[in-house]
Amino acid sequence: MMSKYKSLRSERAGFSVLVEKKTVWITLILLILCAAVMVISTGLGSKWISPMSVIKVLMGEGEPMHQVIVEKLRLPRVITAVLVGASLAVAGAVLQGIIRNPLASPDVAGITEGASFGAVLFIFLFGGTVPIHWMPLASILGAIVVTGLLYVLSWKKGVDPLKLVLIGIGLSAAIKSVSYMLIIAGPMQLAERSLTFMTGSIYGVSMDKDVLTLLPWTAVLLGLTWLQARSVNIQALGDDVAQSAGARVQRQRLVLIALSVALAGAAVAIGGAIAFIGLMAPHMARKLVGSSFGSVLPVSALLGALILLLADLAARTLFLPRDVPAGVLTAAIGAPFFMYLLYRNRNRN
Amino acid sequence: MSSLEVRELGLSYGDTYIFENLNLSIPKGKITVFIGSNGCGKSTLLRSMARLLKPQKGSVFLDSREITSMSTKEVARKMAILPQGPTTPEGLTVLQLVKQGRYPYQSWLKMWSKEDEDIVQKALEATGMTDLAERTVDSLSGGQRQRAWIAMTLAQETPVILLDEPTTYLDLTHQIEVLDLLYEMNVRDNRTIVMVLHDINLACRYADHIVAVREGHIEAQGQPEEVVDAELIERVFRLKCEIIPDPLYGTPLCIPHDNSRLRAAKAAARADKGTKRADAFVTV
Amino acid sequence: MKVIYLSILLAALAGVVVCSVAFGVTNIPFHNVLESFLHYNGSNEHLIIQTTRVPRALIAASVGACLAVAGAVMQVMTRNPIASPSTLGVNSGATFFIILSAWWLGLSGQQSFTWVALIGAALSGGLVFFMGSIGRDGMTPVKITLAGAAMTAFFASLTQGLMLTDGKMFDQILVWLVGSVAGRDMAQLQAVWPYMTVGMLIALLLSRHLNVLAMGDDMAQGLGQRTAYIKLSGAVAVILLAGGSVAVAGPIAFVGIIIPHIVRYLVGSDYRWILPYSAVLGAILLVSADLGSRYIAMPKEVPVGVMTAILGVPFFVYIARKGRRT
Repeated sequence: MMSKYKSLRSERAGFSVLVEKKTVWITLILLILCAAVMVISTGLGSKWISPMSVIKVLMGEGEPMHQVIVEKLRLPRVITAVLVGASLAVAGAVLQGIIRNPLASPDVAGITEGASFGAVLFIFLFGGTVPIHWMPLASILGAIVVTGLLYVLSWKKGVDPLKLVLIGIGLSAAIKSVSYMLIIAGPMQLAERSLTFMTGSIYGVSMDKDVLTLLPWTAVLLGLTWLQARSVNIQALGDDVAQSAGARVQRQRLVLIALSVALAGAAVAIGGAIAFIGLMAPHMARKLVGSSFGSVLPVSALLGALILLLADLAARTLFLPRDVPAGVLTAAIGAPFFMYLLYRNRNRN
Repeated sequence: MSSLEVRELGLSYGDTYIFENLNLSIPKGKITVFIGSNGCGKSTLLRSMARLLKPQKGSVFLDSREITSMSTKEVARKMAILPQGPTTPEGLTVLQLVKQGRYPYQSWLKMWSKEDEDIVQKALEATGMTDLAERTVDSLSGGQRQRAWIAMTLAQETPVILLDEPTTYLDLTHQIEVLDLLYEMNVRDNRTIVMVLHDINLACRYADHIVAVREGHIEAQGQPEEVVDAELIERVFRLKCEIIPDPLYGTPLCIPHDNSRLRAAKAAARADKGTKRADAFVTV
Repeated sequence: MKVIYLSILLAALAGVVVCSVAFGVTNIPFHNVLESFLHYNGSNEHLIIQTTRVPRALIAASVGACLAVAGAVMQVMTRNPIASPSTLGVNSGATFFIILSAWWLGLSGQQSFTWVALIGAALSGGLVFFMGSIGRDGMTPVKITLAGAAMTAFFASLTQGLMLTDGKMFDQILVWLVGSVAGRDMAQLQAVWPYMTVGMLIALLLSRHLNVLAMGDDMAQGLGQRTAYIKLSGAVAVILLAGGSVAVAGPIAFVGIIIPHIVRYLVGSDYRWILPYSAVLGAILLVSADLGSRYIAMPKEVPVGVMTAILGVPFFVYIARKGRRT
């Protein structure tokens, strides 16, 4: 029975964990795949650079022209895609786990909408006067405020997951129309920037400003979330069972929602409201490795990164010379995917 | 001797009291079954004993300690509860489900000790689920699914197990299967089992101690043979019945009366005797 | 009794319409409003009244009525208290199709926009309806709401994508995207009127059947109703009403949710009363919201769609919290 698993134990450190072998393999394969797509994607664009040359540049020995294109233009974008994709995916995985509804994700629940509203508001209130690297704070604040509101409004002797989703849908519709109003009321150039943000795009990101801002957030939050895997697993069995097994359900739920919000908020701050990754990636992950969160987390992070890498690659190469926001592409695949999920879950309540 | 005790419990939803000042002690190492009509508060009682509901008044004592003074993990190592109709996430395997029973013993570092592994194995064996361990829970039959959940509560290694209607939605075969399993757990490991059952006859057969609940208070309790009689059933369920000994064990067996069918049968009997009277249907 | 209240509401509607014509950035005395109809003299005020204010008030009234009735019909058909043209993706589908047709086929003119809007409404509404009702337990509020949310997100992203790739359209579309009744002329209203009227008539004719349908599909079938026909006619009515509204005013949210709930509270559960009351109250709500929107950020105007969204959210939250969970 235990052949599919490997127990890792250290008596001295008091450490023990059960690892599914399949998860390890799939994680490795996805890692390699991600790396390959990153290299190829860095090479693709209006000027083609071969994978070998890309690798050379990364080792610090490429042609100067390649060096500029790769390091200044394409590499930041590719890395950002990975970070944003992974963050959104994990935010979604956590939310689906605790809401116990496979159709929940930060975008459906209105969290991304709140984050992007925070950023849009920031653009309009301080556009030009306050340095742009404060924007992540604005969008995380936006996500927190909306989620807080969501949490309070759906509270009735504990948070009812279903109400959370329904109220999220209502809130996000309202937020969206207020964002539109800001856009209409404000000057033209701000309007376009805000709208890009609401759609979600990783166009024109830079290494020191965006990548280095996001990296610590993503790394720390993903780590913290992984430590909470046990909580997600037990919550997935329902409040009564979780409580009976000795879990502090409402407190854990608060911590998990906070982590999910922080991940989504940080990602939106850099990439805008890129839709449906938080929905798709965790699903594919569960399909691959089952529902244990310790496995779902790394796999969905990698899948999320991969989806956004590919979407962004398509967005900037298929419609040349136009650079379509990646969010349009993720929505274009995401919505049919969502419909498919509804179809597949048609016999569940 | 008692491991679980309820003292002066009061619980209300809004203004209406479900129960006021309720006292009950559960005999250790026995099977206790709550019976009562729908909405009499038996599930509420079970859930507040398991700290899933917070009573407004009174307290629950587990091994002579007040349950609210213990950490929730501590309680989880002494008492498990299987709620009614639990659901599993899609794709969860039996092994993964049963593993969750070890939750109160694990920590961030200690996530899968040798002890955890042994106990999970044992729980799977005891419930006959070893061969199904890799199957997903949603692919199992109703009875197997309930056994998987019971395996999870077993893995929790608690001397006390509470179950809220463990046999609902199961056909008769699977009901017996589940109750047999619980009986074995009681006999072999001397675990205290408390459950809510709807079927009076099965309740009488499996219970050492039966608790009849009516409108938020305990109408009667004790050994089924001593407590359950036609009069009690009428008080608790508002149903006239005959009680005969179960042909297998001699435990009380309840044969319910009804109105329409009985009336027609009596009328037919009279008709046979030739006493055809127009008002026969009224006088019965 | 209900007739009397309805007439009072109609009078109130007439009142807000007159106010809506008279008040705004330039306030016009009531006697001038009357005069412009009786002796039109081409003065600046008369011009404003006849070409701007009157069409605007009438459009607001028609759109409000249509959306409210569409919402009421959808709520009974889906047995979902938060169904409405905006939550179930009908509005966003119509919007996207209009923008797509303008961008891709270079369509213009109210007549063609109306057709495109109807097609869009039918497509996305139909898909949401279908996806929300498959499965063993049939249509559940959650399923259909989620399907609607997904559809809305989908079309919103595509619409934004179109706008961002084509800078020229950006400005025109944007105002349109939120829903507004400002800056339209009478001809635009005349182009959608026929569709709205037909939709309204179908809905009113259906009201008796909707009462039966409200008891559940099984029950309705048991009572001898051909539910498929009733639902299809209901869908046609919704599409005409919502599609027509979007074609002239853009996607205006929440009117379709709020009004039917208020009306049910007022007149009970008989759809023969609910529908006319919804129409009148919906009209009153939108005309007053439009009137209010002129004063919030004077001299700039807030699109009325934003107003209804802000008014609607507390309501939506209340309904979702009350939660009929089946």
